[in-house]
Order: sequence, then C-alpha cells, then structure tokens
Amino acid sequence: MLNYDIVIVGGGPAGLAAAVAARNAGVDKILILERDKELGGILNQCIHNGFGLHTFKEELTGPEYAYRFIEKVLDAKIEYKLNTMVMDISEDRVVTAMSREDGMYQIKAGAVILAMGCRERPRGALNIPGYRPAGIFSAGTAQRLVNIEGYMPGREVVILGSGDIGLIMARRMTLEGAKVKVVAELMPYSGGLKRNIVQCLDDFGIPLKLSHTVVDIEGKEHLEAVTIAQVDNHGKPIPGTEERYTCDTLLLSCGLIPENELSRNAGVEMSPITSGPIVNESLETNIPGVFACGNVLHVHDLVDYVSEEADRAGQNAAKFIKGELADNGGEEIEIVATEGARYTVPSTIDLGRMDDKLTVRFRVGAVYKDSYVSVYFDDERVMHNKKRIMAPGEMEQVILLKSKLEEKPGLKKITVKIEAE
Amino acid sequence: MEKRELTCIGCPMGCQITVELNEGQVVSVTGNTCGIGDKYARNEVTHPERTVTSTAVILGGDKPRVSVKTASNIPKDKIDDVMKEIDAAVMKAPVHIGDVVVKNVCGTGVDVVATRNVEAV
Amino acid sequence: MYDVVIIGAGVSGSSIARELSRYNANVCVLDKCSDVCEGTTKANSAIVHAGFDAAEGSLMAKLNVRGNEMMDEICKDLDVPFKRNGSMVVCIHKEALPGLQDLYDRGVKNGVKGLRILSREEALEMEPNLSDNVEGALYAPTGGIVCPFKLNIAMAENANVNGVEFRFNTEVEDIKKGEDGMWHLRTNNGEYIAKYVVNAAGVYADKFHNMVSANKIHITPRRGDYCLLDKEAGTHVTHTIFPQPTALGKGVLVTPTVHGNLLVGPTAIDIENKEGVNTTGEGIGDLIAKANDHVKNLPMRKVITSFAGLRAHEDGHEFIIGEVEDAKGFVDCAGIESPGLSASPAIGEMVANLLKEAMNLTEKENWIGTRKDILNPENLSLEERNELIKKNPAYGNIICRCESISEGEILDAIHRPLGARTLDGVKRRTRAGMGRCQAGFCSPKVMEIIHRELGLPYEEITKSGGQSKIVTHRTKNQKGGNQ
Repeated sequence: MLNYDIVIVGGGPAGLAAAVAARNAGVDKILILERDKELGGILNQCIHNGFGLHTFKEELTGPEYAYRFIEKVLDAKIEYKLNTMVMDISEDRVVTAMSREDGMYQIKAGAVILAMGCRERPRGALNIPGYRPAGIFSAGTAQRLVNIEGYMPGREVVILGSGDIGLIMARRMTLEGAKVKVVAELMPYSGGLKRNIVQCLDDFGIPLKLSHTVVDIEGKEHLEAVTIAQVDNHGKPIPGTEERYTCDTLLLSCGLIPENELSRNAGVEMSPITSGPIVNESLETNIPGVFACGNVLHVHDLVDYVSEEADRAGQNAAKFIKGELADNGGEEIEIVATEGARYTVPSTIDLGRMDDKLTVRFRVGAVYKDSYVSVYFDDERVMHNKKRIMAPGEMEQVILLKSKLEEKPGLKKITVKIEAE
Repeated sequence: MEKRELTCIGCPMGCQITVELNEGQVVSVTGNTCGIGDKYARNEVTHPERTVTSTAVILGGDKPRVSVKTASNIPKDKIDDVMKEIDAAVMKAPVHIGDVVVKNVCGTGVDVVATRNVEAV
Repeated sequence: MYDVVIIGAGVSGSSIARELSRYNANVCVLDKCSDVCEGTTKANSAIVHAGFDAAEGSLMAKLNVRGNEMMDEICKDLDVPFKRNGSMVVCIHKEALPGLQDLYDRGVKNGVKGLRILSREEALEMEPNLSDNVEGALYAPTGGIVCPFKLNIAMAENANVNGVEFRFNTEVEDIKKGEDGMWHLRTNNGEYIAKYVVNAAGVYADKFHNMVSANKIHITPRRGDYCLLDKEAGTHVTHTIFPQPTALGKGVLVTPTVHGNLLVGPTAIDIENKEGVNTTGEGIGDLIAKANDHVKNLPMRKVITSFAGLRAHEDGHEFIIGEVEDAKGFVDCAGIESPGLSASPAIGEMVANLLKEAMNLTEKENWIGTRKDILNPENLSLEERNELIKKNPAYGNIICRCESISEGEILDAIHRPLGARTLDGVKRRTRAGMGRCQAGFCSPKVMEIIHRELGLPYEEITKSGGQSKIVTHRTKNQKGGNQ
C-alpha cells in the first residue's frame, strides 16, 4: 500500500487550490488523483471569460484560470495522477484508485480532501414527457462536444433552464452558427447572472421565457420539435399556453448536483439541502481527516470562492496531519439556516479550532429585495445587514469573528436568516 | 431624441435603465439605482464592447481545437466579423496560452490569443 | 434461401432463433432496427412472473409457468443476471381480500409452486415499506427479476454463434407465397426467400399476419410509462410488489431491478401509434399517484429516467403461437404481451419444436449451449482485477463513472458476436450510460471508442440507429484537428 500525507480526489479548481495550500503549509507528500486526461476539471471546457475577478483582479477564461493553479502545482512539484478513477474511500482513509498504467491500488492517506465537483441534473430527473430521441443533451455535455471535441450537436436549438451554463451555451451555439430559438426557465426568475442574460441572450436577440417549461418532446429517432408552456405558481403547465418550436437540439441546464458517491460509500454524512457533506468550521466531514471543498461540498456561483474554500480545506488538512487540529473538547456550536436562508457551510463550529475569522456561506431560497441578513447568537440578534438584492443564483456570506463568539460563553446555536426589516 | 432601454449587468437587481440620447450624446439616464448603472448605461449606448471567446482549428495537436479570446474588448458590432476570422484560422501545434491566433482581428487593433496550451503529438 | 426467416429480434424472436440453432437449418432473423432488443423487450417491467395471473388453461398460463421454470437454467447457461426475489400481490381493501384467494386458486391450478397468502403482519414483516393500509398479500416465491436486455442479447448472441444470421436495418415490406411454394419477403434490403416464416414482430405482428391470412388479427399497442429510480432507492422494497389485477392488466408495480435500481410502472394506455413510446405528463402523474397506494414513502425525487414501452395486446388477450391455418409455413408468435418476457424461453422451445417436427430437423453435433457475458470486473478481487488490467489495460480505464464501466467492457461489447454499433447498444450490453447521470459524462467518451474501433465518423455515430445521430457537423465547418 502506498502512503501519502494528503490524497486529494479531483484535480479541478478545488483540488488544485487545496493542494497548493497544503504544500504552502509545509506538507510534503501530497497526491492529486484526477479522472480526466488533464488537470483543470470542468474549467477546461468553460472557454468563456469572467473567471478570477476576485482572485486575480482580472477577467480570465476558464482554461486560463485553471492554468494559473496548474502552474503552481507544477512549480511546487506536487504529485498527480491523470486518467485515474478513485473507486473507493474507506472510513480509515484508505483510497482505492485505478488506471490503465497503475492498475488497481490502495493508498493510505493521512488526510483526504474530497474535491470531485458536481454534475448536471439529467433529463430523466426532470420528468419531461415525450419521446427519448437523440438530440437532447445536458448543457455541459454539449459544451464539451463543442469546445473540446469540436462537434456541433445540431443547428436549431431550444434551451431549458437559464442557469449560467445554459446562457453561456446559448451564445456559444449562436457564435458557431446555430439558431437558438428560445430559452425557457421554469422559475419566475433566472438563476443566471444579469451580465450573461444581456451578453448571451439580448445581444443575439434570443428570447428568455420565464415561468415556462418543456411539456412535450417530438421525434422518435432524432429530436424534431419541443413544445413549451407557461407554468402556474406551482410549476404546473397552464393549458392553452403551449408553443411548438421545431429544433434538432434541446439543451438542459436545470441544476447541478454535487457528486458524492464516494463520500457516501465512505460513510460521510450528507446534507439533504446541498447534497454535499455536512462540515464543521475546518471543512472537515464527520469522518476525522476527511475534508471537502468546492462544488462537491455545495454548488458555487463563482470559481473564486471555490479556490478560497479549497485553500482553507488544504490548510486544515495540513493542520490535521500535523496534529494541530486536535479536538479541544469544547462544545460544538450549531449553525442553523432558516427563514429564507436555505443552508450554511459550515454547519458547526468548534470554537477551539476556529480561526480568528470564519466565512459562513449560504444561499437564499427566493429573490429578496431590500432585506436584511440577520445573525442570531442563541436568541440575540448580533448582525443585521441590509442587502439591496439577494437571489438564489448567488451565494451570500456572513463573516463571524472568533472574538465575538468568545464573548458568549455557553453559546449553543447561531442562526442565519433573512428578515424584511 | 432617441430612447434606449437597457438591463444593467452590475448586480442581480438588473435595473431597467432608460437612456435618452440626442445626436449620439447622452441626455439623461433614468431607472438605475446606483452609480454603477449610470456608468454602464453611458458606455453601453455610446461604445458597447465585448470580449469574444471561441475555439480555433489546430493541426497536429493532442486536441482538435484550441480555445481563444480577443485579448481585450472589441466593438460589439464586430462580433460576427471577428468570429469569421477566428473560424478561418488554422493553428499548428504546439500552441501556448497567449500565443497570437489572429493578429489585429478585423482591424480592431486587438489580437485573438490562445487561452490554453495544446501540445504537439 | 433460408429454411426459416424470423421477423423480429426481440426476446421472442431471439429465443426462437436460439432454440432453432440446435438443429441443422438455415435461419435468418430480420429486424428493422439497428440492434436486437429495440422494441417491446427494451421497455417493460423486467420481471419473471410466477404465473398466477393468466387464465387457467390458457397458453399464456402454460408458457408463463414453463418459462419461469426454464429461467434458472437458461440464465445460468447464457450468463444473464436473474434473481428469484419473490413477488407479492398486495391487497389494501378488506372487501377485496377474497380476490387474493381467487388468484391463489388460479395460481395453484396453473401449476405455480409455493404460493402463500400472507396476513397483514406477515406481509409487513417481509416488506416494511408496504402501505399502512395493507390487509394481506399473495406471496409467490418463484417470482423473479431479470435483465431483459441481457436475456435478449444473450439469446441472440448464442444463436449467432451457432450459425443463425441476423440482418438489422432490414424492414419487411411485403410477404407473398411464390409459385415455388416458398415465402418471398420483400425488404428495403432486397428479397429474402424462406420455407418457413416466423412472425415475432411484437406490436407489428398483426400487420404481417394480415398480409398472408384472411383471418385478421388486431394488436393494440398498450403503452406503459415507467420511472426508474436511483440505486440509492434500490432496496426500498426487495420483492416485486403488485396491486390486485384489473381488466387492464396487472397494475402499477414497484420492484427492484436485477441491477439494483427501483422500477415503478407501468401505466396502461391503449394507443394507435405503433411507434408511440412517448411518455406523457398525465401518464407519469398517474403512475406516481398509483404507486403510492401500495408502497409508502416512495422516494420519487430519486427518479433518474422515465420511459414508455408498448405491449402487443391482441384483442383476444392470448398468445397466438402456431402455424396460420390458411397460410401454411407461416408461423405466428403474436400477441406477446406480459408475461411474454417470462414466457420467452418456453416460446422459443415451443416454436422450435413445431418447426423441427414440420421440417424433420436433425440436431447439430457441435451446438454450443453456453455463452459468457461481458466480464464484470466488480466481481473480482483487487488482485484479480490487477491481473486483468495488466493483461488488458483497457479494464483500468473507467468510462462510465456512475456504473463503473471500463473501456475493456465496452471494447468487448463492440467486438463480440452481434456487437454494439450504437450508444444504446453499448449501454444495453454494458450499462455504460444507465446510471444517475444518464450518459452525460460518458457519451462523448463512448463515441470516441466507437469512432476508433469501428472507424465510424463522429457524424455517423447514432444513439440507436436510423436518424438518431448525436452530432451534425464540425465546429468551424471545417475538418482539421486530430480526428
């Protein structure tokens, strides 16, 4: 069996940043396991710009952003294995991996960092009625075909879902000569950035139909047409509002799901809201020495926050293997999201292990205008910040100071909620 | 007097901004709720610009396409023409980040550059 | 010229082909699709019925019970996943309890072994997720679950190895008795001549029957919508759970599949279109409502795909198997609706016997009765797996991460007899693309392998033959790159 201080599962933005942080914290034996044939993860197919404004103060494309971190990994001579699938992670941190070259082998890891990212919700999970012909793709699969493989899935396109990947693909397909006829969105608002709505749809005259969904798919062998209809407040199609669009391609951009099969098998406890692991202030799961960061933990809006979070996971994993992350026996403080806040990451704080400052990230469940993000220490409101707008598509955050928590001995519960006033 | 309706891209508010123009000069900006909107609207109606990102054909590489971008913004009304020049470009591997794919694309003074490395095989 | 031409490469046609391959005869199977298992066989409940449903004395009952008995051996010989998980018919209304007894009595008369009526408590003990309203259940230990794709594919492969030809993308357009006394089948791929024709054409069996006989039959495509749930929900029930049957069929069942998913369905909607395998919002809604009657807390959020299949429902609700009275040499295998999958081994046996006697066929000396499925490395130890990868590194390269399918398995699927030519062909042989991401991640990789192994240009690779192409053209509208 091989031995490494830290094994990082996934060589995308989260895994790369975690590796670099762990190395900077003085960890010697680090191994990144990546299933694809190159490092960088999904960023390699995200060829549009807009990445890195927070991290690098400039606008990079996905591959460029990834390469900034790949360079750091190469410079630090951190070991990595490509084309390698992690098959299993055990509770005592034995990682089973497999590749053509190395066969199937096991690695005993001092700490494990989960950085597997997320995947797209497929058509089946959406229960869209109709035929099941060729020509229906999740937006990310189409993105890979177009940007990496250089093939077009079709010429006339309908897109369901106005998350950023859907919007970006609307522009991408248009620039490659396809006709994007409409983008339908089930919700009364788009989960995508305003900038993408303007620059990916408005710039090209592509209509966005909010509160609409696909109600029929035609074509036995290949997609021939889809019908979209308006939906009521419960998301149910309204009869009489159907519109039929002939098309040969339907792209689905209907949400992302953290990819946690390995975590579940290892016995990592999951949040039903984020579909990611439940973690404490150190981004550590219920299994000591197993950390999580990036989209496998919760789906992020900006890669900059993935990098930042992964940096913390890398540092904490380093502390763990050096024995500096010991349980101080202190009480655990629970963080609860309620009234508009859907979840928080992390979910608990051990005051003894908390840094001076802790960023708690969360998402809201609906669009809120001129509302307040409030934080309660037990029953006492300690934070009340007005926000002009909050939307489900964007991550929100509050910053907790250790000094403030220490002022409240016996604190049991921190509540994050959205208040109208 | 000309009126233009815009959606501000500054934040998720997405303010609907109305700009009044007289012979190309901005007369008024209304509907925005902060300074970002005002600045955005003035730029967007007088000289809208975009960064174009796409892929270009590459021969002899470990991938069939290399991702590219305009090194800085180009005028929005040139997007189609810029795409035509990108589509016609044929690179030879190896190519590295920042390598010029199309020099001075469409006379904009802006180069199209590679945004990833493609090694020769 | 062939001794026998079989129309249809579904589970009936393939079972007949395999049984016929025991004998010295020239046999050819024609199918309009690009692969085996493209019709009714690919979308059904994937269960092996015990045999208590069908009317006493019917051919359906006889072949169901016989097929059920044969299933262990044939699945062992052909290396097909099959499990006798047992089935339960659940009664949720006290006044309907006598119906369970009727089913029990019918089952006993049909020759079903081991039937038992369970009390509410016994039923709940065996299946804790049954509805709180359960009053009792009929338990059939011989009920089972099977992979219909693999059963169909294995039968066809084995028939092929034993000399049966298969012609895909070949649609029969007309059938006539020639002056030579032979059947002449006109197809889009030329004429086929045969002494005997077997009509195993599923929902199209009436069309071919009616070409040669004055005694018309009529088959209604009876659509069934299904939802398939993630493996995380795969143990919600361990037996196959039926409601009590009605005139329209056996109702919406909830069952584990032999691969560990949970399957909910089918609806029963009579339609006209023989290609009408589209699901509808009403159908799926109806399904979810009905499934919850008998099983509680169904995690319908874990649906990974929904689909519809067509049962070939003949007006008389009976299997029509045998030589057509006014068309000598034309053998029907029509009206094969449920329990057709369960009965398929017996259908093959019956039709092959009939033809053997009619033509005085002799047995082959070198008939091969067994076949190995594509190797499943998951069953190997770490050491064995390492050995395998050393010998063939492709087994170390995972292509489908949801189902953990390696390149080695996909290569085997492509290169074995009647190998896969399409994404669906690969999927049904290996399960690559059948998992929770539904091929989102692996389809570009499988395309790359098909392109490389079969020399098919990307633009010619299809999902399931015909016009089902995945991509239309290259970006930049120009060639180039490393393809």
